[in-house]
Amino acid sequence: MTNILLIMFAAILTENFIFSKFYGICPFVGVSDKPSTALGMGMAVCFVMTVSNAVTYLIYTYLLLPFDLIYLRTIAFILVIASLVQFIEMFLRRYIPQLYSALGIYLPLITTNCAVLGAALLSVEEGYNFIEGTIFGFAAALGFTLAIVIFAGVRERMKYADPPKCFRGLGILLIAACLVAMAFSGFSGISFE
Amino acid sequence: MVSVKKQLREGIIDQNPIFVQFLGICSSLAVTTSVINALGMGVAFTAVLIFSNLFISMFRRFIPSQVRIAAFIVIISGFVTAVELVIKAYFPAINDSLGLFIPLIVVNCIILARAESFASKNCMFSSVVDGVAMGLGYTMALVCIAVVRELLGTGMLFAGSDGTGGIRILGDWYSPASIFIMAPGAFLTLGFLVALFKYFRTRHKKGRKIPAVAGASVEKEDEAND
Repeated sequence: MTNILLIMFAAILTENFIFSKFYGICPFVGVSDKPSTALGMGMAVCFVMTVSNAVTYLIYTYLLLPFDLIYLRTIAFILVIASLVQFIEMFLRRYIPQLYSALGIYLPLITTNCAVLGAALLSVEEGYNFIEGTIFGFAAALGFTLAIVIFAGVRERMKYADPPKCFRGLGILLIAACLVAMAFSGFSGISFE
Repeated sequence: MVSVKKQLREGIIDQNPIFVQFLGICSSLAVTTSVINALGMGVAFTAVLIFSNLFISMFRRFIPSQVRIAAFIVIISGFVTAVELVIKAYFPAINDSLGLFIPLIVVNCIILARAESFASKNCMFSSVVDGVAMGLGYTMALVCIAVVRELLGTGMLFAGSDGTGGIRILGDWYSPASIFIMAPGAFLTLGFLVALFKYFRTRHKKGRKIPAVAGASVEKEDEAND
């Protein structure tokens, strides 16, 4: 139990996917302009990442390992993730069209969100079991959501700022992200020994 | 041959994947703690991009448009796996320091974006040229970021993945600002380089390559403010 809590805590705060591992920066920059959109994206990522970690664990343990096909893991994992994303897209378009139009182009792009594939590969590399892997996927996605929602809040305030011309756009965003990352690196001093 | 020159210019300057299109930033932040890592990642990335562009362009008439993204991803991940195995076999040190970011080339937005917007519409030759140009632009951007980060973070350049064998550029008077090696420094460096690139591009419309030294001096001023 403590093991699972530790995995969750590390994935959400101390080893936050965005601010310490740099997974998923593209959607982080892309959809963090409003907290509500950021939250929607975060929820979509949470769902995809939890399910994909569970499915990729099963595929890795019962298909790739026994048949000695580990070198196919990148291809197998990305196909699982792509089909899951396709499924979620169809589901949202049918049942929650507001969220579907809010997420826009970034929904199919979850496929190319390195956080999702990164979480699947990491939990295999770390040797997590089924439950740990699934929890790790969920917690990492929660950390991702926390980061983009916080940053969306920062970004709302920045709309009224007046930076030098060449910093407008991505430049000033990255510098703001640097400050938020510094705040997050404060968590890394925490240990549970 | 004029168009080849134009394509190269587009990839390296006008449409630079990182500084202008802002694609594939994840890997560019994570692997740029040293110049050697950045070069290794750049070469691996360029190889994947050239081959995936070539094959996607070759099969562009046979891939139905409904399933094209899935088909592209399968082609790309095939080449990524090949490159990963080659690096594991011949350059184990680079494999250790780049870690998961080699398999993660699969989900690098630049490769899929080039497949979708260029290789699936153009002939094989210009797709390969496009791969070379975009790969060069990506590698150049990575090396720029890594030069700033490694120089300010350790005072050395070209250190190996185990932190030894670097050439000391800044003398003993310089106490390394290790924040540049850590995560916040990556965001800071890229933010300043993006702004600098934009400044030079809008100032001379003819735009020449930006000197990395200028980036370093801007960073240093900022560090003094910290």
